[in-house]
Amino acid sequence: MDYFIELFCSGLTRGSIYALIALGYTMVYGIIGLINFAHGEIYMIGAFTSFIVATVLSIYGFPLAAIVVVAGVAAAIWSSAYGYTVEKIAYKPLRHAPRLAPLISAIGMSILLQNYVLLAQTSDFLPFPELIPEFAFMEPIAHIIGSSDIVILLTTTVVMLALTFLIKFTRIGKAMRATAQDRTMALLVGINVDRVISATFIIGSALAAIGGLLIASHIGQINFAIGFIAGIKAFTAAVLGGIGSIPGAVLGSLILGLTESFATGYISSDYEDVFAFSLLVLILIFKPSGLLGKAETKKV
Amino acid sequence: MLELKNVETGYGHIQVLHDVNLTIHAGEIVTLIGANGAGKSTTLMTISGIVPCRRGQILLRGQEIQALSPDKIVALGVCQVPEGRHIFADLTVRENLDLGAFLRTDKVGIKQDLEYVYSLFPILAERRHQSGGTLSGGQQQMLAMSRALMARPQLLLLDEPSMGLAPLIITQIFEIIKAINKEHNTTIFLVEQNAHQALHIADRGYVIENGRIILADNADKLLSNPDVQKAYLGI
Repeated sequence: MDYFIELFCSGLTRGSIYALIALGYTMVYGIIGLINFAHGEIYMIGAFTSFIVATVLSIYGFPLAAIVVVAGVAAAIWSSAYGYTVEKIAYKPLRHAPRLAPLISAIGMSILLQNYVLLAQTSDFLPFPELIPEFAFMEPIAHIIGSSDIVILLTTTVVMLALTFLIKFTRIGKAMRATAQDRTMALLVGINVDRVISATFIIGSALAAIGGLLIASHIGQINFAIGFIAGIKAFTAAVLGGIGSIPGAVLGSLILGLTESFATGYISSDYEDVFAFSLLVLILIFKPSGLLGKAETKKV
Repeated sequence: MLELKNVETGYGHIQVLHDVNLTIHAGEIVTLIGANGAGKSTTLMTISGIVPCRRGQILLRGQEIQALSPDKIVALGVCQVPEGRHIFADLTVRENLDLGAFLRTDKVGIKQDLEYVYSLFPILAERRHQSGGTLSGGQQQMLAMSRALMARPQLLLLDEPSMGLAPLIITQIFEIIKAINKEHNTTIFLVEQNAHQALHIADRGYVIENGRIILADNADKLLSNPDVQKAYLGI
């Protein structure tokens, strides 16, 4: 039973990290109908930024808590700047182009950013400092759930509550929902849609950066290619939950995380991806709109 | 109030509006009638800045607005209720109304206007927590008009408010259009296929055919014009 709970907890941790990244995919898709394939790279840049900041700060002997907070904030800001710029350079000029054009542009951006980090940094795996210590009070249950899992779960929960609040109650949140539903009407009530799109990219990138920090410190190493697989997994999670749906992205991520965790624990870690992507295939066959997604009805 | 001078617009290679000239004075109800595809909705979308104006000028109180972005035009007091109502279906009635007042910051005024639209359409007050998509067609039209009123527009552009509604509701909607014009001195530019109803409440009217304005006159004169009667009134 302990083993089951352990797998369950690690599945939740995995899932909540996927969720942080998947939210960016789903929000951007909801607003402009584009799969932002460069999103995984934004996450990777977040991990690298927090790596650099954390390393520098730890040389100067800052306390761990301060390092985590500063590195997280720096990563969120830096990644947001990238997300914002990517949208302006690669997607905005293609706003009225056929749907395939920005998609190709997104793939191009992904390749560009990966290779840019490869050249600017290194192709080796870098050891990421352990930012989350083992808490003493966690000792009795440490064999079931680690301290960093708890921190990841708590952080993602707080971030998601904040996001829910933002989308439900704030002005920009309402503008985002309106734009996602009906862009022409959003323009007609006076919403500056360009600004809403920028805000969406900024928020999505900041969430991915926080995910980057958390997972890098959990796993303990980073490299320029981590964005690819994380991006693909988060994308899978977003499609699983129903692309465009925010609760769907979270649900899909948790299901994906748990599936992977149980597959690894009970069968073999070799099968982790097999199960994750089989899930995707099944959902695409039986409910292509995703668990919470709406079937797209096109008027003709 | 609003003046269109030699306006031309189109989509891609297809030109829709040819040399459109029209004038709307403050406080008037002006109607634009015409058949399907004549360019009525395109005229409104051009005024609102959604469809870019290719040539000519659109003057609002003497100020050129044809190059402004749609949100700037709304900020200047020009609001549109588009054809097909465009309710935010997943948002509640209340949220739809709040979005109408998106650019306003005067909380007291917004509250007053909310009470005002609830008094115009009590059914909306009853259903304020329901999502917009669950309303009937007539209620959605009421919501769409209320949402536009929440911006406290000086010029209200209405695109086919009677489309797909029961005759009784149409009468009610037209009554309210008249009331809005009287009580708030809101200038109204009404696009309609239902020429009969539109000309009855309007001061003046324009007739558009294939993207060109072919007739402009007082509403009662248009009502008795034999060509208009034959083409649009079915008499």
